[in-house]
Formats: sequence, structure tokens, C-alpha cells
Amino acid sequence: MKTIADLISEHKFFGELDQESLEFVAGCGSNVHFAPQERILTEGEAANTFYMIRSGSVALSFFVPGRGAVVIDTLGDGDAVGWSWLFPPYRWQFDAEAREDVAAIAFDGACLRTKCDSDARLGYLLTQRFARVILERLQSVRMRMLDVYGAGAPR
Amino acid sequence: MSTALAHPADTRVTDAMVPAPYRVTSRVQETADTVTFTLVPLAQPIAPPLSGQFNMLCAFGVGEVPISISAIETGDRLRHTVRAVGAISQALCASEIGAVIGVRGPFGTDWGVTSAMGRDVLVVAGGIGLAPLRPVVHELLHNRRQFRRVTLLVGARTPEEIPFRGEVASWEASARITVRTTVDTATPAWKGEVGVVPKLIERVAIDPEFTTVMICGPEIMLRFTAAEVLSRGIAAEQVRVSMERNMQCGIGRCGHCQFGPVLVCTHGPVFPWSRVGPLLTRREL
Amino acid sequence: MARTPAHTDHHPVVIDRSGLQELIDALIADGRTVIGPTVRDGAVVYEEIATVEELPAGWGDEQAPGQYRLQRRSDDALFGYVVGPDSWKRYLFPPVSVTWRAEQNGDGVAITPAPEPPRYAFLGVRACELAAIAIQDRVLVHAAYPDRDYAARREDALFIAVNCSTPAATCFCTSMGTGPRVRAGHDLSLTELLDGPGPRFLVEVGSENGAALVEKLTANHASPADREAAAAVWSAAEAGVTKTMPADGIRSLLSRNLEHPRWDTVAARCLACANCTMVCPTCFCADFREAGGLSPQESEQHRTWASCFAVDHSYIHGGSMRMSGRSRYRQWMTHKLATWHDQFGTSGCVGCGRCIAWCPVGIDITEEAAAIRATDGLTRNPTGAAR
Repeated sequence: MKTIADLISEHKFFGELDQESLEFVAGCGSNVHFAPQERILTEGEAANTFYMIRSGSVALSFFVPGRGAVVIDTLGDGDAVGWSWLFPPYRWQFDAEAREDVAAIAFDGACLRTKCDSDARLGYLLTQRFARVILERLQSVRMRMLDVYGAGAPR
Repeated sequence: MSTALAHPADTRVTDAMVPAPYRVTSRVQETADTVTFTLVPLAQPIAPPLSGQFNMLCAFGVGEVPISISAIETGDRLRHTVRAVGAISQALCASEIGAVIGVRGPFGTDWGVTSAMGRDVLVVAGGIGLAPLRPVVHELLHNRRQFRRVTLLVGARTPEEIPFRGEVASWEASARITVRTTVDTATPAWKGEVGVVPKLIERVAIDPEFTTVMICGPEIMLRFTAAEVLSRGIAAEQVRVSMERNMQCGIGRCGHCQFGPVLVCTHGPVFPWSRVGPLLTRREL
Repeated sequence: MARTPAHTDHHPVVIDRSGLQELIDALIADGRTVIGPTVRDGAVVYEEIATVEELPAGWGDEQAPGQYRLQRRSDDALFGYVVGPDSWKRYLFPPVSVTWRAEQNGDGVAITPAPEPPRYAFLGVRACELAAIAIQDRVLVHAAYPDRDYAARREDALFIAVNCSTPAATCFCTSMGTGPRVRAGHDLSLTELLDGPGPRFLVEVGSENGAALVEKLTANHASPADREAAAAVWSAAEAGVTKTMPADGIRSLLSRNLEHPRWDTVAARCLACANCTMVCPTCFCADFREAGGLSPQESEQHRTWASCFAVDHSYIHGGSMRMSGRSRYRQWMTHKLATWHDQFGTSGCVGCGRCIAWCPVGIDITEEAAAIRATDGLTRNPTGAAR
């Protein structure tokens, strides 16, 4: 039976953390499962937990009055869900929902935040990894803004 | 019915700019702006095209455009999928059953599917780019045991704009190849992925030494997709892309399709990334 | 009628002005349209001629970047000028031509290819022009899909070449290895000798067809003095070519300087008027467009000269691949001097200098090449300044 530390060291998001940081982070983590259509995050609520998906598909969406839930991104194996736990006002910016059975590791964001305040190195390592996630998601959104598949879209 | 030359006794080789008349025998509206046609020759047929090759299709009185074949047909039939993006393609898409269209070809380089036998094949299609890759998928399915793992990744603007949507779903359901589809913008009923195609590649298990990649889609999508597969260790020679340029002759004479040192109609449209990758980083080449 | 090279035992002969008329008459009698130089609208252009009187007797030209003027010579030389705005591509690859006609009838479409072209004889062809025709042959004839019309015009034509006597300041044929002396591709080549009361022409045979023509003329065997006089013309012409463009390494020079700031400098001057592509004897880009006939059932495909300087030359749905003037000038020059090699195995430039003279702002391709060569490797930094 794998420990959280084992799972984290295999997870692509964390890969190559030093042992001490790994063990600390693992101490803030626990195994969780979500059933299909189960809500994971809700826009506006306190962002104190974030998730690393081990398996399963998660949809990020906005609830738009008159249109309902509009899915703007889908995440899967190996993806991090939620970064608002790291930045004030620590509130979720969107909804996230499991689209099928999802196995994930949940992390106590509040606990990690406190530790990062005192351990600058851990803070740097985590921020570095989240910054990369944000960069990739931003690039994806920019690409979609270009509407490259549209007829008459500039190349 | 007549395709008479002015001088029937003329024994000189007919210039390759003269089209052969074909008749539309079937017409399928794939999406709002995309139609698939079956064409049969009225007189002399052209040579059978290979997947990746294109024909110059002529809407008489309007003009000619290069269109890749979207399926390999038996006999002398041709199958083309046309997207209405300009005056000529619009005229072609408006053609009804029985209409006569001019055909010249086949021209250009092919995908070289047989050279990927014994290897994993990763097919990545963006938007209407699935049309030139569709005969590749047919070939892979037809000879499934000659290839190792086969994966098809499809990106589209919205779920309604996925070309050959029903066929893609049936490929996925057949479980003979792995199929993943993603859209830029979802609709409420969409249960698939949302995001860009390179993201789908992240989740494909790749054995870099034994993988051949074939990519077709808008040029930006080609670049980012190629970058993603190269970062996974696949050699540039094993990544093939199909390019598009203004073509008015298809035979290396009009000069419009020049792309630095290459003529896309003659040296392409299918190129190994090793040939065109460095050129694609040059703006406005 | 493919050109059979002449046997080496055809001795040069000398003809005079009336012999030249005999030559023209023989060509016309052979059912040919004779195209030769004549003065029109202040330039020497190539038109259909029938008499020696129509040739530009006593005219020379003065050419410079952005400048072309006819000048009266002090003698009556018939060929005392060099190339003007026309090149022989005007007849071998006409500016507008019909490739086929289509007529939709009840059951299908009847397609009629273009009619047979006329049979030509070209009088006054210069060495650089023969080189240009050879270059176009590689593009349009020695290709996977030969241009039937070009091949027919070109293979059936007769070429009466002329050795230049008075190069222009814009000529750089010596740098490109194409002249001024006529060496190949001709049926006959003439050297004008102005050492007597009227012009005389040393005639050298270049092919068996040329030899057959000479048989019909009133000619004298060329004397050693005649040959010396001709040789003097040839060496004076070679010495008279002053403009140079060092051709070695130019292909890789341009290929590795695609981001050189010089492209911005020249783009600021270039009007993208396409004059250079129209006067260039090797430019072959063409549009193939459909035109409707009088009835809805009729249509024609037209081939017309096109230019890479046009914004829509590279248009595909969504926009043009070469929008900026900079990219279009770079396309023209790098194609002409560098990527032509990749596509056709030779340079695309023959050093005729037309693009220099006929550019309204006087852009000089040799100057642009020299500027890049002098600052090889320069690139623009992000703020736009050269570094």
C-alpha cells in the first residue's frame, strides 16, 4: 500500500522535491475520491484545499446566468486543481466538478501556506511549480482566443 | 457528353493545366461550412491519389483550389471534403449532385503510411486538418495489425465543428485505436475535453524511438504540436506535417506556393518536420 | 525543331545592311513572325518588324538606378544600345494567355486547350537574354509538368543573337557569367562592325538551322581583319561592364541573413510596384484565374503575369503569408539569388540590370547584396535598432 509520500514522489507536479520538503508536503496530504458529477470546488468559497489528480477527469466551469455551467477547461491525470489557496483573498475563482470517478490527493492549503511563510525555500519550490501550471493554462487560453480553427481566422 | 479536344489529332501531351471533367455523385454536409463529395470521371480518370496528396478542383467559371483527398476510393472515384472559406471553395460547396467539376492531379507528396509499419503512430488533427488525415486513419484501421499503438487526437473549435463527428465517435467506440477529442469552446452537452491539442499529447504514452507522428491543421497548431512531440524525444524526421499555401497550378509553375527554398505543391504538402520546422520559425517567409 | 548545335566547320561570314534585310525576309518567308528591337515611347522595345529601317539605328541608351534614357549616338549603329524594359518573355511567356476554354453542355463539359502559338524569329537577342531563356527553360520545360505553350514557342523559335558593343552602367553580366559575349543557345550571332561606310555584321553560326539560313544570304567570308575587328568589339564590351555583384557565396549569405536590418532599409524605399518582376527576364510567377465567357456556360482559364510583390500573391483564407513590404522584397531578392538554386539548380539572375534601371526609386540589387555582405550577421534587436 503506497503512502502519500510515495504517491507524491511519483506525481509529475511534485517530481524532484528534496526528501524533507516531500515529507512535509505529504504530511499535509490525504487520499480522496470524487464520484461522477461531485462538486470539488465552488466559485467564491474559501480556498483552503487544493488537489492533485491521480486519475479521472475534472471540468472547470463558470456558472453563467442564463447559460448554466460553461466548461472552460478540463483536467486529468497528473494535473493540479486550484491555485487560489496560495494568493489572497484565498477564494476559488471557478467551479470544478468530477466528470467521472476521480482519485486525487487533497492538500491542506492553509497548513502549507503557514509553512511556506516560515520556510522560504519550500515556498519558492511550490510557487515555482504553480507558476508553471498557471503559465501553461494561460497559454492554452491565449491559443484558443486566436480561434485558429475559425474560417477567416488569421494564422 | 463530350470532352473533345479542339484538335483530336493532336498527339502532343495534354498540358497538365487542362482539367478532367468529373461529376458529383454524392454530397454530404459535414458541418455548417464543410461538404464531402464523391466524384466520378466523365472521361479519362486521373491516376489514383495516395493519402496526403491533393487535386486541383475547378469550379468552372469561378476558379481552382487545391483540396486533399479525404478518403481513398475504389475504382476511379474520388472523395474530397471542402470547407467554404472563399469564393471558389464556396462555389464548390454549393455544387449539387450531377454538377460537373474539373479535376487535375494527383499532386504532391503523400503521408507515407506504409513507412510507419511496425511502429506506434500518433495522428494529430486540428479542425479541417482531419480531412487530409482521414484516409490515413482508414489505412491504419484497414491494416491494423501492421502497426503497434495507434492514437488519434482531434482538436476543433466547438463540438458542432468536429469534422466527421459520427465517424470519429465510431472509431473511438471500436476501441481498435485510441481517440481523444478536445474543443476550444464547449457546449453544455459536450462531455469530452476542453483545451488545446498539445495538452492531449501530454497524456499519451510515447515510446520516442518507435513513434511516427502525422499532424495537419492551422500552422500555429502545427508548430505547437510539433514542439510538444519533439519535447517527448521523437526525432524531427519522424514528425510529418501537411502544409498549405496559395496554389494556382499545383505543379510548380505559378510560383505562389513558395516557402523559402521549397515549393509546397511539389516538395510537399507533406513534409518531415526536419525540413520545414526551421523555416516555420521565420516570420513571413 | 530542336536546335542542333552547329558543326565546328562553319566559318563566320560578313553581311551588310542589305544582307540583314535578306535575313529578315528569309525568316518571314519561312512563315515566322520576326520580333526585333524598335524605338517606341522613348525606349527600345521588342515588336514585330519586317524591315531594317524599323531597327533603332543610331540610338544608344544611358541607364542608371531608376533611370533609362535613349541617347543619339554619333554613328548609325543598329544595335548600339542594350536591354530595355522588354524581354523575350513577352513572346515566349506572354503577359496574358488563355490556357483552356470550357463549355458546359447538356451532359458535361467540353474543354479546349489553347491554340497553337505563332512561329517566331527573335532578332537582336543578347547573351544575358539567352541565359535568361535557358533559366526559364529549366522552370517551364525541364520540369515534371512542362508548360506546353512555352515549350512550343521556345523550341520552334529561331534566335538571331547580337554581341553587345556598348554595355550600360547597370549591366553586370560578367559577374553572373552570362555575357557580354554570346556563347550558346543561338542560331546565329551577329557582331556589328562600324569600321566602314555602313554597318557590317560578322555572322557566327550557332546551329544547323542557323547554317541553313546563312546559305540564303549574300555574304562574304570573314577576313582576319574582320575577325580582329569583332574581337575588339567583344573585349571593349567586356571592359565596359563596370557594375559587379560578387556571386560567390551569395546563396548562403542571403539564407543566413533573413533578419538583417537591411531588409527594413530597402523596404522603406520599395513601393512594391512590381516593375522589377515585370522587366526581369527570368521572373515566371503567374496567376491562373477563371474568366466567364459571354454565356454562363462558357469560361476560360487565363494565365497572367503575377508578382510576389502583390500582397495577395501569398493569400490563403484568413490573410496573406507575406503582408509586410519587407517580407515581399526579401522574398524577391532571396528567391532570385538564393532559393532559385534550391528549386531549379541555378541562380535566377543574369545580370541584365533591368530591375535597377526600371525601379522608380532606383533600388540596386547589387548594392543591396553588397550591403548585406559588408555587415554579414547583423540582426535587429528587440527595439528595432541594428545590433
